[in-house]
Amino acid sequence: MRKLKALLLVVALVVCCMATACGKKDGDGKIKIGVVNNPPSESGYREANVKDMEAVFSAENGYELKTFYSKVNDEQLQAAKGFITDGVDYLLISAAETTGWDDVLKKAKDAGVKVYIFDRKIEVDQSLYEAAVISDMAKEGETAVNWLLAQNLPEYKVIHIQGAMGSDAQVGRTGALDAQFASGKMKKIVQQTAGWDEAEAKKIVETVINSGEDFNVIYAENDGMARGAVAALDEAGITHGVDGKVVVIGFDCNKWALRELLAGKWNYDGQCSPFQAKIISDLIKSGKAPSQKIIINEEKGFDAKTITENDINTYGLGD
Amino acid sequence: MKITGKKLFRNGFGQLTIPLIAIALLAVFNLIRDPGFFSIGIAHNSDGNAVLSGNIISIINGASELAILAIGMTLVTAACGGQDISVGAAAAIAGSVFVKVLKSASSINGGTVLLAFLLSCIVAMLFGAFNGTLVAVFKIQPMIATLILYTCGRSIAYWINGGATPTISNPILSAIGGFIPGIPLPTPVIIVVVMAILFKLLFHFTSLELFTQSVGINGAAARLNGINPMFIKLLSFVLLGACVSAAGCIGVSRLGLINHETLLLDVEMDAILAVAIGGNSLGGGRFKIIGSILGAYIIQTLTITLYAMKVSSTDVKAYKAIVIVLLVVIGSPVVKQRFTKFVRRLSENRKKVSAKGAE
Repeated sequence: MRKLKALLLVVALVVCCMATACGKKDGDGKIKIGVVNNPPSESGYREANVKDMEAVFSAENGYELKTFYSKVNDEQLQAAKGFITDGVDYLLISAAETTGWDDVLKKAKDAGVKVYIFDRKIEVDQSLYEAAVISDMAKEGETAVNWLLAQNLPEYKVIHIQGAMGSDAQVGRTGALDAQFASGKMKKIVQQTAGWDEAEAKKIVETVINSGEDFNVIYAENDGMARGAVAALDEAGITHGVDGKVVVIGFDCNKWALRELLAGKWNYDGQCSPFQAKIISDLIKSGKAPSQKIIINEEKGFDAKTITENDINTYGLGD
Repeated sequence: MKITGKKLFRNGFGQLTIPLIAIALLAVFNLIRDPGFFSIGIAHNSDGNAVLSGNIISIINGASELAILAIGMTLVTAACGGQDISVGAAAAIAGSVFVKVLKSASSINGGTVLLAFLLSCIVAMLFGAFNGTLVAVFKIQPMIATLILYTCGRSIAYWINGGATPTISNPILSAIGGFIPGIPLPTPVIIVVVMAILFKLLFHFTSLELFTQSVGINGAAARLNGINPMFIKLLSFVLLGACVSAAGCIGVSRLGLINHETLLLDVEMDAILAVAIGGNSLGGGRFKIIGSILGAYIIQTLTITLYAMKVSSTDVKAYKAIVIVLLVVIGSPVVKQRFTKFVRRLSENRKKVSAKGAE
């Protein structure tokens, strides 16, 4: 009797599995998306990125979304394999590291899963993915530096506070300014990395102030470090922002940073757009293969003189 | 007079010899490099208050969090013979609680700030008690026990506020992290002084100092003498928790922003170094709080010196490491022993020579 019961259970289980499996194949018309991303706790950027993904690939928009968040590449690889086995239609990846993805992407291709890469490039053959929707960090730097040049300051004495050395954002945002230093158009007072650390940025600026050296531009590679730098200026009573002595430039467009812009305390904030979901969703819904492999996410820069409350609500990250 | 001079030469300032020599060397080095390095001026900050400015102020101001953490770390080191490596992560949690309470308050006034600090203090002390329990009750090595919170602390800090860098702006906060109107000295420096005095009073009115030392030197012997080693160790971690919360709240108040990933990043290593440079044995036992505070200022002086020399900050850590290795090696028992032997031999030789001369 017990054996019979057990057997019945097993049969029921198998039937159930088959039913769900069949259900998966026929589907309820929803497109299955597997997203492998970095964890939202990483930064304000990532938080907005994750929220945007969840909003765009929602059930109302006809998607079935599965997500996995980790900053460990191996865990991401495992999760991607898991999604392929689960039979997702599309795999969206923002990799923790740029290497080691060949095998998984080949597996995806064999299984007929289409891959989109977002936010960060992966070093694999372009045939392995549909398209990469990424930010051009170098362009962010160029936009900011061009804006700075357009201000026509009589001289440019720059304190350059860099992010964690070697990160995409640091390399990209440093490049354009380095070119200006090399050409002699701008003078490098100090170029130091604070490793995205606000307090460290404050110390760097404090040291320059104490040395008595003159400067009139602070180019910080993210908002937090710009805030640290500004704190040092405030303590020394040096004016900054619109009509101030020192021009303050930040990046990332956190809402609080854009509010500083609106208040005229900073001068410029460069966007690093985390909103790739819409672009990818449009590509998927169009049903055609993208015309190019690398799609650059258009990014703006905001000037304190022209920014509006509306911009803050549309483009600002966090709260 | 001659005898005291000789005595001073042989014994120095005891435990404080190395930190004092280090400070003197750094001062001389900086004076040669830039005679104006230590000049102090008066500036008017953007609120219009007259405040002191200059490298010395930057150093003692910037080292405040480190100095406060070093005080607590000294106690833990002395009692347990090991170090807490989770102070940075715990400070991020304490700072997050501080911000969370202030953000949920309808208006920010003196009362809510105090409440926020007390709550963050309680949370930090609870985490301290957690670490302390692992160490004192379960006899896990302090570094291993605190590795747990070191690993997960910053994630916990993230959960508390959700957002990555919540900001909060208020005059009371800028008074805590910057300057109180009318007082030209940075508030964090004043807080360090107050903390140091509080600990001094604690040691003066209780037997905590003696008990901690005896537990650190020999726990079993301490127990035979009626001291509860478990309680003393636990207490040291809880007191460190209070220090952690103070440091975290200062860090948050400075910029009106909490970034759980970068708040007091890598501070645990500096705090342990401050204890070591201060001449305290990392194996537990005798300790001097003032040594650790000096250690914190030395580390900060080093950093600011390197920044002032425009050493690329990627290299700063390497240069810092070289100086610190030198300090720690000079302060090590082996070198000390050799040095005393060398001094003794010198004086003996001199005696012999003078004796010969007399003949």
